[in-house]
Amino acid sequence: MKIVIINYGAGNIQSIKFAIQRLGYEAVLSNDPEEIQQADKVIFPGVGEASSAMQKLKESGLDTLVPKLKQPVLGICLGMQLMCNYTEEGDTRGLAIFDTNVLRFNHGVKVPQIGWNQIEELKSPLFKDVTEKEYIYLVHSYYAPITEETVAQSTYGIAYSTALQKNNFYGTQFHPEKSSDVGEQILKNFLEL
Amino acid sequence: MLTKRIIPCLDIKNGRTVKGVNFVDLRDAGDPVELADVYSKAGADELVFLDISATEERRKTLADLVLRVAEKVNIPFTVGGGISSIEDVDILLQNGADKVSVNSSAVKNPDLINELAGKFGSQCITVAIDAKKIDGEWKVHLVGGKVPTELNLFEWAKEVEQRGAGEILFTSMDHDGTKDGFANEALAKLSEELNIPIIASGGAGNILHFVDTFNKGKSDAALAASVFHFKEIEISDLKQELKNNDIPVRI
Repeated sequence: MKIVIINYGAGNIQSIKFAIQRLGYEAVLSNDPEEIQQADKVIFPGVGEASSAMQKLKESGLDTLVPKLKQPVLGICLGMQLMCNYTEEGDTRGLAIFDTNVLRFNHGVKVPQIGWNQIEELKSPLFKDVTEKEYIYLVHSYYAPITEETVAQSTYGIAYSTALQKNNFYGTQFHPEKSSDVGEQILKNFLEL
Repeated sequence: MLTKRIIPCLDIKNGRTVKGVNFVDLRDAGDPVELADVYSKAGADELVFLDISATEERRKTLADLVLRVAEKVNIPFTVGGGISSIEDVDILLQNGADKVSVNSSAVKNPDLINELAGKFGSQCITVAIDAKKIDGEWKVHLVGGKVPTELNLFEWAKEVEQRGAGEILFTSMDHDGTKDGFANEALAKLSEELNIPIIASGGAGNILHFVDTFNKGKSDAALAASVFHFKEIEISDLKQELKNNDIPVRI
């Protein structure tokens, strides 16, 4: 199986690569459109600020490639947010794969949310063998509201989407690569889709 | 519900853990990677590595260590100690660190916080503040708490938040090493006046101290070293007791 982690200069991709290794698979880092298109699974990471990450994506031409991919694609954290229509962070237009906007937390909570929260209302093959209310690790200031594409939710001031899915596109607001054994199970589920 | 975090802190010198670590069941208690693995399996929510090396090769040694930790450990970790530039942070994040913490360098050059938050995002920038009370006022100290400054703790904390810090690691020099409990009054004030997470550090001696810092100190996370390293407190016991006290924890 060929696994590609999109390397567009945004984020802690080393940890994702290592997590995949711990599961017994190998992943390559790439920003080459051809290599990404030929992969069996594509991981779209992202850590940092939305507008500059989007800018980097555009510079490498990947903003038009990613929405056209046919194989399973997993956006993580900012990766998931950039797959949405729009994010308030840096007033940034996203890839419009998930039909929602991303908003800043503004409900009497500390921002960013940093730490372990619970996922519930699990509705995707991504969560095979994962029980309701398991703990996952999050660090973020912006969130996707609950929509028809929500396949996991958490509560921080309000209930919001911690995972989205539409056709072959998956997104997690949490970091599976940093969410202990639960996270590794979710990553494994994605790789075995 | 977001849980309160328990964070063991490992002091690192030349790629090895320092300060006695009393883990008889470890093959090599000086190996930070092995220790990190033990803590992650024991239920630690996060780890902090504080590098106190002062050699020419420190940057490379630390980067190598970070890479080995990232390879093995599946919980988040923060790296601090001697970080003073974008390049320092870039190499640590590239090697798999989730967050970095800056301390003295931020006091000497506050713009560094803005630069780091702008380049890497607030979520990975922790500002560590060491302070002690002098004549009734909390004053920020540098160089591991040795050198006093004129900065007021609360004013400095507000400034670092405005400049883009994602969280604050506050160590009370008056409490550090006493095993007499955390500086809950100052911690609660920080939590009330700021809108970013606060990590309590300095003073952990028993399980009740953790209960207190979450209840009275309103802390979002608590960091400790020796009580964990010397097995005076088992993380599983600690979390169970926190849960018994209705404090949300990941078990």
